[in-house]
Amino acid sequence: MALHTNAFEKVVQSVTRMHGMPQARYAFVPQPVMGKTAAQLRAYVDGIDPISGRPVMQEVVEGLTRPLEGDRIPEAKFERSTPRFVDTDTEENLHHLFLENNWTDNLPIILPTEERVAKMLAHTSRKPDEIAGHLRSNQFRQHWEFTVEKVAVNAVMAGARPEYFPVILALASAGVSARGSTTSSMAAMVVVNGPIRSAIKMNPGTGAMAPFNHANATIGRAYGLLSQNLQGGSLPGDSYMGSQGNNYMYNSVTFAENEERSPWEPFHVQHGFKATDSTVSIFTGCRSTAFTLGVRERYWREHVRSMLRGMDAHSAPTFLLDPIAARQFIDRGGFDRKEKLIDWVYENALMPAGEYWDYQLIQNYIYPRATFGEEPYASKLKAAPQEMIRMFKPDEIHVVVIGGETNGYWRIMGCNYQKTVSVDEWR
Amino acid sequence: MANEAQASGGTHKLTVLNPVGFPPKTVAKAMSPRLDGLDGKTIYLVDPRFDDSGLFLRQLQDWFADHMPSVQTKLVEMSSVYTKDDPKTWEMIKANGDGAIIGVGH
Repeated sequence: MALHTNAFEKVVQSVTRMHGMPQARYAFVPQPVMGKTAAQLRAYVDGIDPISGRPVMQEVVEGLTRPLEGDRIPEAKFERSTPRFVDTDTEENLHHLFLENNWTDNLPIILPTEERVAKMLAHTSRKPDEIAGHLRSNQFRQHWEFTVEKVAVNAVMAGARPEYFPVILALASAGVSARGSTTSSMAAMVVVNGPIRSAIKMNPGTGAMAPFNHANATIGRAYGLLSQNLQGGSLPGDSYMGSQGNNYMYNSVTFAENEERSPWEPFHVQHGFKATDSTVSIFTGCRSTAFTLGVRERYWREHVRSMLRGMDAHSAPTFLLDPIAARQFIDRGGFDRKEKLIDWVYENALMPAGEYWDYQLIQNYIYPRATFGEEPYASKLKAAPQEMIRMFKPDEIHVVVIGGETNGYWRIMGCNYQKTVSVDEWR
Repeated sequence: MANEAQASGGTHKLTVLNPVGFPPKTVAKAMSPRLDGLDGKTIYLVDPRFDDSGLFLRQLQDWFADHMPSVQTKLVEMSSVYTKDDPKTWEMIKANGDGAIIGVGH
């Protein structure tokens, strides 16, 4: 027997069904539970289930005692149940169909005709019917499967040029959704490294994170569209539960690192690839951003510490540095390698223990691990409330160089690095 | 290239590909048999440790004490974050309990 908040009615129904438990017993209480007093929560228990309209505890007791109806459901057949084509129709009707089926991001799309998809497929050596990967919107749902052709269909819809296709295939193959469903409204971020950047004319310079470059814009958009369509949907209230949503999701903050103007080794080299390899690196959990101008001589340490304290303590910092700012960090702090800057951030991102442990996200995701002995969290838990403790782990902190040197602006993106994937394997 | 030309609009019919992936296999799972009543039974209240769920379950525990005192309730926390399966706790409940209530799910 399970209890849920009423905002999750459709999620509960679809998840239990997809896990083969359509008879699962559950009841609902009002949303939110978080932050309510004991008396308010007791009123929930004594009150009415907002979905069924019956007393909550009547639902609970009956959920435990009312006999099950019928036998087990028959096992579903695993067919290629999604047809290759949609029904033939006029352009206007097809656009309407795609919009109504939630297959778009609500911006106009390019209809994926056979000719357009074939042109996309011509830019990979992989066969159209080869399995390209598996995706799901969160860990409570099962993976959906997709082929190279399915990725091409979504790439066409996003307006991507065929020469971008190996990058888009690499993103799809990574198994990381750009339409992850969490109430926290996270977005993904994509960093492209290596020769593919210039081959497809990606922008690592002025305006790299803005809508001024076709490859940056459409690769990121394709990543979002393929994520929602190949994982079985991304529908608010059902398979997407981000309470506020996130504008970063429109193109998943997709850009190329400015390797040519960076004073440090490229991001993909830091993660085991050769400089001549082409890769995509995926971050998730992008929500919080801090920014400033320059690295000031007198108070730069205090400025950076303040920015770090302003970040959500559960989302580690990735520094996105204009080349001017990157060189200033070298001048000010002697960080002649990215790792040295990362070490400094690790040592200086501090917070009183009491304040740290009181954050709701820390309570939800870190505190349970600490109480069962997982390090370094268990040691942090021993700190007195006023003792300063480190907010992040060093392997969670990252540095990427991006920007066109029109000035030394830089920002911190709160996000979680997931993985770096080869583009070359998908050519 | 006929379709390309037709894609410009009008009443011409187009054939386009479906962008949706392939759904997973659904395997039916048997539900635990229901209890014939709760008198004298031991019911575990399982806290997934998310968004004050523990405080909520303590109110649920109080309700049983007030209204069904013959039911023994035991409040247990999942072993880690709610995103991780917890077979150790499930086995413990199977061995020692008659039923379980988990909440609050979001």
